[in-house]
Amino acid sequence: MRERYVAAVDQGTGSSRCLVFDRAGRIVSFSQREHRHIHPHPGWVEQDPAEIWSNVEAVTGRALRDANLEPSDLVALGIANQRETTIVWDRHTGQPVHQAITWQDTRTDRLVRELAGAGEVDVRKITGLGFATYFSGPKLRWLLDSVPGLQQRAQDGDLMFGTMDSWLIWRLTGRHLTDVTNASRTLLMNLETLDWDPEMLELIGIPRTLLPEIRPSAEVYGEARGQLAGVPVAAAIGDQQAALFGQACFMPGEAKCTYGTGGFMLLNTGERRVLSESGLLTTVCARVGEEPPSYALEGSIAVTGSLVQWFRDNLELIGSAPEIETLARTVEDNGGCYFVPAFSGLFAPHWRSDARGVITGLTGYITKGHLARAVLEATAWQTREVVEAMTADSGVSLSSLRVDGGMTANNLLMQFLADVLDVPVVRPIVAETVSLGAAYAAGLAVGFWSGREELRSNWHIAAQWLPNMDSAARDRGYRKWRKAVRRAVDWLDEEDLPQDS
Amino acid sequence: MPGNIQSIERAAAILRLLSGRNRRLGVVDLAGELNLPKGTVHGLLRTLQHVGFVEQDKDSGKYQLGAALLHMGSSYLDGNELRTRALNWSDSLAARTHEAVRIGTLHDSRVLVVHHVFRPDDSFQTLDVGSLLPAHATAMGKVLLADHPYAADELIGQGLEAFTDWTITAPDRLREELTLARERGWAWEVGELLAGQASMAAPIIDRTGRTVGAMGIVGKAERLLTTRKPRAELLSYVREAARAVSHELGAIPW
Ligand SMILES: Nc1ncnc2c1ncn2[C@@H]1O[C@H](COP(=O)(O)OP(=O)(O)O)[C@@H](O)[C@H]1O
Ligand SMILES: [Mg+2]
Repeated sequence: MRERYVAAVDQGTGSSRCLVFDRAGRIVSFSQREHRHIHPHPGWVEQDPAEIWSNVEAVTGRALRDANLEPSDLVALGIANQRETTIVWDRHTGQPVHQAITWQDTRTDRLVRELAGAGEVDVRKITGLGFATYFSGPKLRWLLDSVPGLQQRAQDGDLMFGTMDSWLIWRLTGRHLTDVTNASRTLLMNLETLDWDPEMLELIGIPRTLLPEIRPSAEVYGEARGQLAGVPVAAAIGDQQAALFGQACFMPGEAKCTYGTGGFMLLNTGERRVLSESGLLTTVCARVGEEPPSYALEGSIAVTGSLVQWFRDNLELIGSAPEIETLARTVEDNGGCYFVPAFSGLFAPHWRSDARGVITGLTGYITKGHLARAVLEATAWQTREVVEAMTADSGVSLSSLRVDGGMTANNLLMQFLADVLDVPVVRPIVAETVSLGAAYAAGLAVGFWSGREELRSNWHIAAQWLPNMDSAARDRGYRKWRKAVRRAVDWLDEEDLPQDS
Repeated sequence: MPGNIQSIERAAAILRLLSGRNRRLGVVDLAGELNLPKGTVHGLLRTLQHVGFVEQDKDSGKYQLGAALLHMGSSYLDGNELRTRALNWSDSLAARTHEAVRIGTLHDSRVLVVHHVFRPDDSFQTLDVGSLLPAHATAMGKVLLADHPYAADELIGQGLEAFTDWTITAPDRLREELTLARERGWAWEVGELLAGQASMAAPIIDRTGRTVGAMGIVGKAERLLTTRKPRAELLSYVREAARAVSHELGAIPW
């Protein structure tokens, strides 16, 4: 019998990739392409939807060619995507009306403050989220308010809104839809009904005609057109939820943390929606077909890998991201230096949009090697804060941490993470869990895999880092980190906020 | 300029010519450019080749700058970079072969382990990254030495230490083994470092065609070998994975 495969597109914040997996969940082909980030003003971060679509086409074509595969060799395509990033396009011409506004963009700061002060609506209970620049709804509202003529075109039904999943699915199949995990990041979806919430639409000021239909994360949405003609598009799932799925964290109590542009820890809470007391989000884990949805608690860290990129591109102290490890190893420790990368404010567990980045503990002794350490350590300390919030909310302390994402290639960081969390850190045999999760969801939807047990048996430990730091050093480091965080908050003044358009 | 050593000046002139854009030059070209007899240029090239500063292209017989020289400059490939680029392919190799995967680079005539993927059976294993392995007693080492003759000379000069009864300790035997590795594009070893253990490896090649690392699997001899030869299937997975990483290195750096 001819061997068949599942393809996954991981449309991430930094790049788009296509991976092809075989039945054993092993990578058969891989192709990746970075895209541009556009910074028109401080705090504004945009991307070009057309560029991203053409990159997605290029990487899928390349991944198939490299492995000598035809579309007919694929049983399904699954899509995982950067979440919250907001696109509006013309339903007739397919042209985006504006660049995509990414999740890191803080232009809606003033707007979300107003919305937060506005009503009696229990936003946390309805959406599982709080008002922050992070989520899509206010970004969409900003577009409607700021791009001339958009309100009218929206009223006339000429426009479509979507996150990256919707944009790609619309391009691939011509259907306008989104999945529950992506919809749960808009501030517009009701976590219980899994539909757009009238109260939230009213509050944020979004006409329903713009919105896609909300579907399960895994079901056949339609057949792809173009170079993948005939391949069922069978999953769409936010990248962090996809990673949880790819890590085979199917059961309540199972958790992972993904380290890419940002860092995202998700804890599966099963069919229970746990509302956090500690600064975490409640979000949809996944919904496979008509099964009941599962939920998760999420600790989102805005800046982890992007700090390494900033160090590379803006300070030019290294030539590539991995070189940060080489530079960090030129010194023994951080020399007393701490770096709080609050570039878009601080996300979980603080949610302080008035914070900005600080480097503290500087003395004449500090070299670029110490700075490199501080950059890497920031990821670990931020994880520690999120882990403590998870423990507080769930009452269960972590026994080990499953990790994945681009930064897990960094051994120094992974060791330091084990040291400051004081638990083993474990990387599974596929570090590309985002793609794997999207492939799993798509494969389940078309019956390529028998069920979750089969997927679970593919999970194996590829590397493990054991804690090796004495508790006094750990406590001292964490105390300093928290002092550094106190120096990062309360930085923005009213006059620094973007002006209303 | 009195006091300068003429042969060093001439050697430097050769290196400068070879460092020009796209330079691969033959003895005749160099002799012409430098206005020197062919025999003199040939002698200089031989010494430069011996220390790894120039290399001779197999097909054309022309000379180009050598890996040793490039390693001193900025184009040297960082081990952390290599690991990051290789991650997907090393995972995939471990999943296919069900064996532990390692990637190594040459470090003072030894193999520095820059990446290690556990054997995917969830048994307790510890990360080997950062350890140094003897080059003549590992498959990775043989692959690396095969493309770095000056390192092989240095190692042989220091004396080849025996770890088991099967470790290659005779210089001629090692040279034969390296020639074979170079011709085949892979190397193996059984029981030469540890009794009962075997390893096989293939070169990771950068866009200039130099071996910048070796990638391979290591495990129990009975699993890796059949009738005292590497299992063909495992070997082809190793070679494919190393080729995929090489391909990756040919791409634009990120
Ligand atoms: N060896 C490394 N050390 C530290 N950071 C790294 C390393 N390799 C990649 N990164 C960082 O990881 C990020 C890329 O990871 P990835 O999972 O692809 O992110 P995303 O999906 O958000 O685009 C980049 O921000 C990069 O700076
Ligand atoms: Mg990603």
